[in-house]
Amino acid sequence: MLETVFFNLFAGLSVLSGMGVVLARNTMHSVMFLIFCFFNAAGLFFLLDAEFIGIIMILIYVGAVMVLFTFVVMMLEINTARMREGFLQYLPLGGLVAIVLLVEFISAAVSGVFSSGAMATADHLPQSVNNTVEIGQVLYTKYLLGFEIAALILLVALIGAIVLTLRTRKDAKYQKIAAQVGVRKEDRMRKVRM
Amino acid sequence: MIELSQYLIVAAALFTLGVIGLFLNRKNVINILMCIELMLLAVNINLVAFSHYQHDLAGQIFVFFVLTVAASEVAVGLAILVAYYRTRRSVETEDINSLQG
Repeated sequence: MLETVFFNLFAGLSVLSGMGVVLARNTMHSVMFLIFCFFNAAGLFFLLDAEFIGIIMILIYVGAVMVLFTFVVMMLEINTARMREGFLQYLPLGGLVAIVLLVEFISAAVSGVFSSGAMATADHLPQSVNNTVEIGQVLYTKYLLGFEIAALILLVALIGAIVLTLRTRKDAKYQKIAAQVGVRKEDRMRKVRM
Repeated sequence: MIELSQYLIVAAALFTLGVIGLFLNRKNVINILMCIELMLLAVNINLVAFSHYQHDLAGQIFVFFVLTVAASEVAVGLAILVAYYRTRRSVETEDINSLQG
């Protein structure tokens, strides 16, 4: 009973805040709505016995990704009025695509494959089951290769973001360490005959 | 007792909102990135829901990988945006056309 109440709360609020993301006039408001949406999705994950994913969702998405968004939105000066021009121009096409997608998804969801049979309902795991331990036991053994590749992807993204935003100023004086180390005696000294 | 299809419907609604947001906010690159995040969130909800209802942890592991790729994508995308803004003073998609030849 309580679970249903919370499911409706989290699901309704996440869909409403998703609408807010799409419709908000101010980009900053969109970011805030998206943060709220992630919080509600984390609530849904808690209801699905995936505590670790829920916490990770809040920590990574809200704590890192959305802060990055906030940072960039505040740093760039965006002309909201020009951005809103032609907002409804593609509404017929976009609405058509979206409605077709939604009808397809919902008809697939309620078609009976997922809404009946063994997959339709599942009991909650007992309180003794530790989600974090279970994930760790699988992640570091069976999915170790994927884990390593994920780490590499993050490293590449880190270096890529730094390289993209790095700006070397032309008027600044830099020390050329490689040239200093690689200097030879002949470059600096000139023998003269007296 | 909540059924699997209810979670699937929520995820479908979020994904559809992301798609319609791509159409409506196509001028603002930041909004486009946010709509992509919304769609990835819907995918994550689907994965966790299936993971729970099938008693298989693989879905939750996959959420990790989706999360990793999404975080990298946002970091690189926003870095490109900042670098572009520095030279052009604009982030509108219509102004980003210097590569079309």
